[in-house]
Amino acid sequence: MAIESDAVEQELELAIHPMDQFVVKPLFGGGDIGMFTITNATLWLGITVLCAIALMVLGTRGRAIVPSRSQSIAEVIYVFIYKMVEDITGKDGLKYFPYIFSLFIFILVANVVGLLPASFTTTSHIAVTATLAMIVFVAVTVLGFVKNGTAFLSLFWVSAAPLALRPILALIEVISYFVRPVSHSIRLAGNMMAGHAVIKVFAGFAVVTFISPAAIGAIVAIYALETLVVCIQAYVFTILTCVYLKDALHPSH
Amino acid sequence: MATETNGAATEHAQGMPQLDFSTFPNQIFWLLVTLVVIYFVMSRVALPRIASVLAERHGAIQSDLDKAEQMKAKAVEAEAAYNKALVDARAEAQAIVEATRAEIQKDVDVAMAKADAEIAAKSAESETAIKEIRDSALGAIEEVANDTAEAIVAKVMPTAADKTAVKAAVSARLKG
Repeated sequence: MAIESDAVEQELELAIHPMDQFVVKPLFGGGDIGMFTITNATLWLGITVLCAIALMVLGTRGRAIVPSRSQSIAEVIYVFIYKMVEDITGKDGLKYFPYIFSLFIFILVANVVGLLPASFTTTSHIAVTATLAMIVFVAVTVLGFVKNGTAFLSLFWVSAAPLALRPILALIEVISYFVRPVSHSIRLAGNMMAGHAVIKVFAGFAVVTFISPAAIGAIVAIYALETLVVCIQAYVFTILTCVYLKDALHPSH
Repeated sequence: MATETNGAATEHAQGMPQLDFSTFPNQIFWLLVTLVVIYFVMSRVALPRIASVLAERHGAIQSDLDKAEQMKAKAVEAEAAYNKALVDARAEAQAIVEATRAEIQKDVDVAMAKADAEIAAKSAESETAIKEIRDSALGAIEEVANDTAEAIVAKVMPTAADKTAVKAAVSARLKG
């Protein structure tokens, strides 16, 4: 009995390495990872690009008045993001629509592709999401100053509040402004990493005969949840980008 | 998995691979390449294409709606024309009926007038005839009365037979 449980323990310890899937490694040969090394991350970024092109370009090549299935998916995504940008940032935000759409389609496709078994989820890496968030943060801040000059600083000066409270609120607003890219990036990476790691943990448990039905059931359930989460996270990242853009275009509270 | 775990332990992640900063330049570089490619493909090819398809569809639907609107207007117009024709025809029929009735009325009036005149003439004729008859009858009555009175007078008192006096008395009596 003791030996058996020991064996199970041993097996579990050997089987569960939920973080292995996130390791970046060179595709060809070993060695160090330089800036231009082709890695598994590069491969899956490339697959993301190809899938995005397949959906948005090949899917719409019919240019049909009555759309095919792939074309209507592309159109639904287009209209969804277009309406989002228009509703949140207003008409003058529409010229940034291609940027926001590119961001959304990249995150969405990268997330969905990352759900494939044995794939590498590029958006689970803080390097990727932090870069995305910093691009948004820098672009929005620069845009805010270019469009409004110093009036952009009124974003931090809550004129609706009592005068005595305003300096305190301004401090809070400034802190929250600079926390934005942190929360923006960690939210996405954290969601991606946690979900995939949990799936991997359950996959490790599936090796044990007694638990395997429950473990496989749990994998199915979590996979379904993850499918929802990857889409929602792409949506959340994009809608927050729109909100930040709105602040840059119309800084007054 | 099992075979993999039997391999070198260094293959496994130590802590979080996300925090392995040595891979950051690589990931960021390839991410930027990816974003640039996606941006160019989307903004140059995909988005204008979808926008034009949506615009075209919107235009097609709009023009179909316009066409439908026009056809509806035409139908309404045709209905109005039909109704007008119907009303006109009814009015015309009414007019014809009126005209015919007036004509007939005129004929009837003429005929009636003629008949009335005839009747009036006939009755006037009859009246004169009746008057004649009555006059002659009255004359006869006077004669008979005279004769009878004379005869009575002659019978009752033959001495006092005065023809003119009897006659005057009879006519006074007849008039009274």
